[in-house]
Amino acid sequence: MDMNFLEFEQPIADLQAKIRELRYVGDDNELNISEEIAKLEAKSQSLTESIFAKLDSWQISQIARHPMRPYALDYFERVFTDFDELHGDRAYADDASIVGGVARIDGRPVIVIGQQKGRDTKEKIKRNFGMPRPEGYRKAKRLMEMAERFKLPVLTFIDTPGAYPGVGAEERGQSEAIARNLFVMSALKTPIICTVIGEGGSGGALAIGVGDRVNMLQYSTYSVISPEGCASILWKSADKAQEAAEAMGITAGRLKELGLIDHIIDEPLGGAHRNYEIMARNVKHALLDSLERLDGQTTDKLLDARYARLMGFGVFKE
Amino acid sequence: MSWFEKLMPSRIRTEGGSKRQVPEGLWSKCPSCSAVLYRVELDRNLNVCPKCDHHLRIGARTRLDSFLDPEPRIEIGADIEPVDFLKFRDQKKYRDRIAAAQKTTNEKDALVVMQGKVKGLDVVVAAFEFKYMGGSMGSVVGERFVRAVNAAIEHNIPMICFSASGGARMQEALTSLMQMSKTSAALARMARRGVPFVSVVTDPTMGGVSASFAMLGDVIVGEPNALVGFAGPRVIEQTVRETLPEGFQRSEFLLEKGAIDMIVDRREMRDRLSSLMAILAHKPSPA
Repeated sequence: MDMNFLEFEQPIADLQAKIRELRYVGDDNELNISEEIAKLEAKSQSLTESIFAKLDSWQISQIARHPMRPYALDYFERVFTDFDELHGDRAYADDASIVGGVARIDGRPVIVIGQQKGRDTKEKIKRNFGMPRPEGYRKAKRLMEMAERFKLPVLTFIDTPGAYPGVGAEERGQSEAIARNLFVMSALKTPIICTVIGEGGSGGALAIGVGDRVNMLQYSTYSVISPEGCASILWKSADKAQEAAEAMGITAGRLKELGLIDHIIDEPLGGAHRNYEIMARNVKHALLDSLERLDGQTTDKLLDARYARLMGFGVFKE
Repeated sequence: MSWFEKLMPSRIRTEGGSKRQVPEGLWSKCPSCSAVLYRVELDRNLNVCPKCDHHLRIGARTRLDSFLDPEPRIEIGADIEPVDFLKFRDQKKYRDRIAAAQKTTNEKDALVVMQGKVKGLDVVVAAFEFKYMGGSMGSVVGERFVRAVNAAIEHNIPMICFSASGGARMQEALTSLMQMSKTSAALARMARRGVPFVSVVTDPTMGGVSASFAMLGDVIVGEPNALVGFAGPRVIEQTVRETLPEGFQRSEFLLEKGAIDMIVDRREMRDRLSSLMAILAHKPSPA
């Protein structure tokens, strides 16, 4: 099994393997099989299109968690220039699962903040698998308050399984750290644009997710609890994650219908990890568009609209 | 069975029949010290065990009754009702869970809000009904909380919330998560207007409720031995694969770690909070 492909992508993986084999044979024998290869490539393309045209929520959550998926720093590198990382919460530590700093997008100065997962084992541990501790959220808050001071828009990149459930995190006030960010972001006097790039895991995601515009990548997810967590509580079995994912509605399309997010950013065929450059270009385009929509608004108007947006969340009868 | 009994319709037939019935609920057992307690005495003691001072969990109405002066009391947001807008279904339908919870608790949803007085001091009080789906926060809880905040701002009077919740309500999915930002935003507005918010965390206050308004009090008060935290102890245990220290995530632990201001015995709650809020609200000391 090719680890680059997810289980439901195996037919594509098989085709790709065949194409590689043919190329190898072709190189060897000087036989003209380019026509055959082109045919298979076209077949692979249409197969991918048909598989990706009808992904279910669970499959999408697999893509959102793909080990090759671009992370926050991949975007910082490709979308922005002059990125300078700033470290530490000024109280306890520097949490590497949240990265942030100053940067420019198309020359325009901004503050960027994102959750960061690790690529290899060593980095995964350093980044704590993208699960922030209170000091991570407090670093993010410090950067946001600085953004307000210097009138810089805040661009956040959400990608976390959730806030870290650990003894130390609880001792240092995980709840308060998340709550305080919600409190501060709801009234921060500068535009905030949030983009879910991978996993939007519960309160840990929301703690950098309150803003004026919320974008989601096509194959990212955003949910109150992980499908596995939901399944193990409500179905008493983590094996029902697929059903839980479907029931909760965790995909960009569903959440846009529900009015909880504003915009879906298209991913290249096969998902963001298939082409970092196209993905970064789409993200940059969406961010510039979001910024433009918020430009020229007075701070009062911006904050009124943000408040109205937050107060509008909820479905009930009266 | 005699021929006569066989003829009798089943609904009149009784099995055994000679068992003496003890009236339900006359006696309670303290879940902490196992002392058998006389219900009337326990109620008089605000559901605090007279033997070991253990604070038993209490419902929203009982809480409001014990905290507020008898008059006046105006309920806020009572007409707001939950809706199963996702047609959510796990092993049960959300619709059926709502119906069952409404039947057992006699509440429309898990938060009850009242405007009234504590020792003569005007206040708005919100209290959770933990028996309603674990006091989980969905759209109705969020909206009622915001209405409570708005009433407090409008009348320029302090607000208190007694939390008891497992966190966000999964059956309303991401909309429940958004109640965290909604309630926190309302509190940010209240803070800017200089209206005090006192958060009382009771057993248990976890997840999305803990990680939003419950930890945003100008003053945060814990009931003795209440379990308060972000992640549940079992989740943490599975993650770190070690046994948790004694008293972990209890009020006393939170006080030691600097997360809350004080621990107050339920029987002193009215006196302590009214005095404290009167200072924050520039009102004379309550009688």
